[in-house]
Amino acid sequence: MSRHTLSVLVENKPGVLARVAALFSRRGFNIDSLAVGPTEHHDISRMTIVVNVEDLPLEQVTKQLNKLVNVLKIVELDNGQSVQRELMLIKVRTDAESRGHVLELVNLFRARCVDVSTDAVTIEVTGTTDKLQAFVRVLEPYGIKELVQSGMVAVGRGARSITDRSLRALDRIA
Amino acid sequence: MTEQMTGAQALVRALEHVGVDTVFGIPGGAVLPAYDPLYDSVKVRHVLVRHEQGAGHAAEGYAQATGKVGVCMATSGPGATNLVTPLADAYMDSVPIVAITGQVATQLIGTDAFQEADISGITMPITKHNFLVTEAADIPRTIVEAFHIASTGRPGPVLVDIAKDALQDTMEFSWPPVMQLPGYRPVTRPHSKQIREAAKLMNEARRPVLYVGGGVHKAGASAELLELAELTGIPVVTTLMARGTFPDSHPQHMGMPGMHGSVSAVGALQRSDLLIALGTRFDDRVTGQLSSFAPNAKVIHADIDPAEISKNRHADVPIVGDCREVIGDLVTAVRNEHKDGRKGDYTDWWKTLNGYKETYPLGYEEFDDGSLAPQYVMERLSAIVGPDAFYVAGVGQHQMWAAQFIGYEKPGTFINSGGAGTMGFAVPAAMGAKMGRPDATVWAVDGDGCFQMTNQELATCAIEGVPVKVAVINNGNLGMVRQWQTLFYEQRYSNTDLQRVKRIPDFVKLAEAYGCVGLRCERPEDVDATIRKAMEINDVPVVIDFVVHQDAMVWPMVAAGTSNDDIKYAQDMAPKWENEE
Repeated sequence: MSRHTLSVLVENKPGVLARVAALFSRRGFNIDSLAVGPTEHHDISRMTIVVNVEDLPLEQVTKQLNKLVNVLKIVELDNGQSVQRELMLIKVRTDAESRGHVLELVNLFRARCVDVSTDAVTIEVTGTTDKLQAFVRVLEPYGIKELVQSGMVAVGRGARSITDRSLRALDRIA
Repeated sequence: MTEQMTGAQALVRALEHVGVDTVFGIPGGAVLPAYDPLYDSVKVRHVLVRHEQGAGHAAEGYAQATGKVGVCMATSGPGATNLVTPLADAYMDSVPIVAITGQVATQLIGTDAFQEADISGITMPITKHNFLVTEAADIPRTIVEAFHIASTGRPGPVLVDIAKDALQDTMEFSWPPVMQLPGYRPVTRPHSKQIREAAKLMNEARRPVLYVGGGVHKAGASAELLELAELTGIPVVTTLMARGTFPDSHPQHMGMPGMHGSVSAVGALQRSDLLIALGTRFDDRVTGQLSSFAPNAKVIHADIDPAEISKNRHADVPIVGDCREVIGDLVTAVRNEHKDGRKGDYTDWWKTLNGYKETYPLGYEEFDDGSLAPQYVMERLSAIVGPDAFYVAGVGQHQMWAAQFIGYEKPGTFINSGGAGTMGFAVPAAMGAKMGRPDATVWAVDGDGCFQMTNQELATCAIEGVPVKVAVINNGNLGMVRQWQTLFYEQRYSNTDLQRVKRIPDFVKLAEAYGCVGLRCERPEDVDATIRKAMEINDVPVVIDFVVHQDAMVWPMVAAGTSNDDIKYAQDMAPKWENEE
C-alpha cells in the first residue's frame, strides 16, 4: 500500500461530492483525506483526495472517477513534486506556568496562537501530515482539549497549471 | 425562435424532438403535470404498464431490439423506486434507457414529503448518470444530455428526476438546446499503434481465440467481426451477451464460454495463447476462478470503457475504442500483415478444437417416464420459429437452455438479463421488444419462477395489442437454485418448490384471465403442434405452459469459484484434455 494524492477537478454542481464519495465507498476504497473548495474559475471545484492503495486498484479507481460525467480531470500529484498542506486548530490546556512553554513550541513550529483564555490557548498550524503529527506529539503532555483538522490541499510545483485545459473545455460550451 | 410553454410541455416537446415514439410508464401525483401534455402528443405513444418495473424492462427490451434509447416514466417515491431494478439491470448490461421520474416540488424536497424519495441519490451507483431538475428552463437541455449520455460511449441508463414545480412553471422553449457536458468525452477512435501491435500478435499466436462480448453488437460491428474471423481463421466464442453476434452455424464458432458454456468454448479459452477480447469484461461467470483463467494467454483487450481494461485481467495490448472502429482497423492491419507475408498458422489449434467439438457436443438427458425435457422444447422452438425471431429470456435454467439450444444467427436476437440476473425480465422486455419491432416474432422464454414475478404485463400486452409469445418452462421449482441445492447442498430443497402439483396458479387460466391464449404441453410428441399453434395466433399474446421434468439440469457447468479446467459436461463427467499438443 502507498499514499497517493489525487487532484480532481469537478464541475461546481450540487451532488458532485456525493458522487465521488459514493464511488470510493462502492469500489471499496478508503479515503484518508478529502478537501473540496472553489478554484480560480467559479464553474470548477477542486478536490484533493488522499488514498492508501496499491498502484493497480488506484488505476481502477481513477478510471472509474473519470467516468463520472461531472469530473473534468484527474491528476495524481507526485509527493516530491508538489506542495501539500493541511490546517489544524488545537485547543491546549495551559496555565500561567505552562503557557510560556506552549508558546515556545508554537514559535518552533511556526504555528500561530489564535485565541487565548486563562486556562487554554487555541493554536493554528499548517503543514504536511508529518509536521502536524509531530506538533501534536509535543503538545500532548500539556493536555489537548480539542483538535480539528482539514483535509490536505496540494498543488504541483513549477509554473504549469492543471486547470488550464479544463477551463478551455468549459469556455467552449459557454 | 422561442415559444412560451410549461416545463411539462417542454418535456414532451423535447422527447418528440429527440425521436421518442414510445414511453412505458405509470402516472402519479408528482409526474401528473407531464402526463397532461403527453395525452395530446401524436408522436409519442405512452404505454400504460401495470408495474413500474415492467416499464423499465420494457424500455430495455425496446432499446435492445431497436438500438434506440428506451424510455420509461414514473412518479416520485415508490413509482421511482420500482424502477431501481431495471435501472440496475440496464447498468450491468449497458442498455441505453432514459427514466423520467416526477419529484415532489422543490420547496418540499428534503422534508420527507408524501411520496418523496431521493431517487437521484438512490440510483447514483446504478446509473451512468442522473439529473435532478428544479428549473423548467433546464428541462430541454437535460433531456438532450440524458439521451446523449445514454446512447454514446458505453451505453447505459440515465435518470432524469424533475421536480413538480419545474414541470408546472412556464419557460421559453427553443430548439436545439446546447449541451453542457465538459466532463463527458468518450473515446471511440482506437490508437493505431495498439492496433498494429494486436495484428502482429494475432499472426504470431498459435492458439488465438476471439472472445466476443456484448459490446460488439452494441457497436453494430457483427459484419466487421465476421470479416475479421474469416480473414484470420481464428475461432470465436460468443458470451451470453453476444449470442448471435457471430452466427452459431459458422464453422469457426466454438459456442458460449462460461459457467454453462460449451466444453469447446471453455476449452478453447483455457488452452489459448492469445485472447482477442472484444467488447467484453472478463465477468466472473466467464472466467471462473480468475487466477486459473486462460493461464497461458496473452490478452488483447478492446473496449469503449477504459475502466474495463485490466480491471479483472491484465491486458498486454489495451485498446480503448468503439468495437466497430477497432475491428475495422484490425481487419486493415491484419491485411497489411498478410501482404507482407505474415499469416498466422492455426492448423494444429483447429485439430484440437475440432476434437473438442466432436467429442463434447452439447447434449442432455431425456427421461424414461415420457416427460418433457426442457432442452427439447428449446431445440424445437429454434427449429420451428427460426433465427429471424427475437428470443427474450428471464434468469435461471431456462435462460441457459435458451442460450445453449436455440440457434442464433443474427446479432441482437437473444435478449436477456446477463449481468444483473434479474428474474422477471422476460415478459416486460419481450413486450418492449415487440413494440419496438412489431414486424418481428418475439418469444419470451421464461421460467415459472420468473414468470410469476412480472406476468402482470400480459394485461398490458393484451390491451395494447402486443402479441408476444411466452414459453413458460415450468418445472415447478426455482430450478437453478434447486440445481445448486442438488449439487452443493445435499439435495436439501430449501424453499425452491413452487408446488406445481397444486397448479397454483394455473398458467393456462391465468393467460386467459389476461385476455391471452393459454396452451399447455406436457409430452414431447405435442411440442411441435403446440408451438405451431402459437405461431398461428397473431392478434393476441399466447402463453404456453411447457410442463417439464423438474430434475433436468443445466450442463456443462463450472462450479462457482472453481477453475474452468474443472468443467463438467454432465454430473461427475469431466472432459479429458489430453488430446492437446
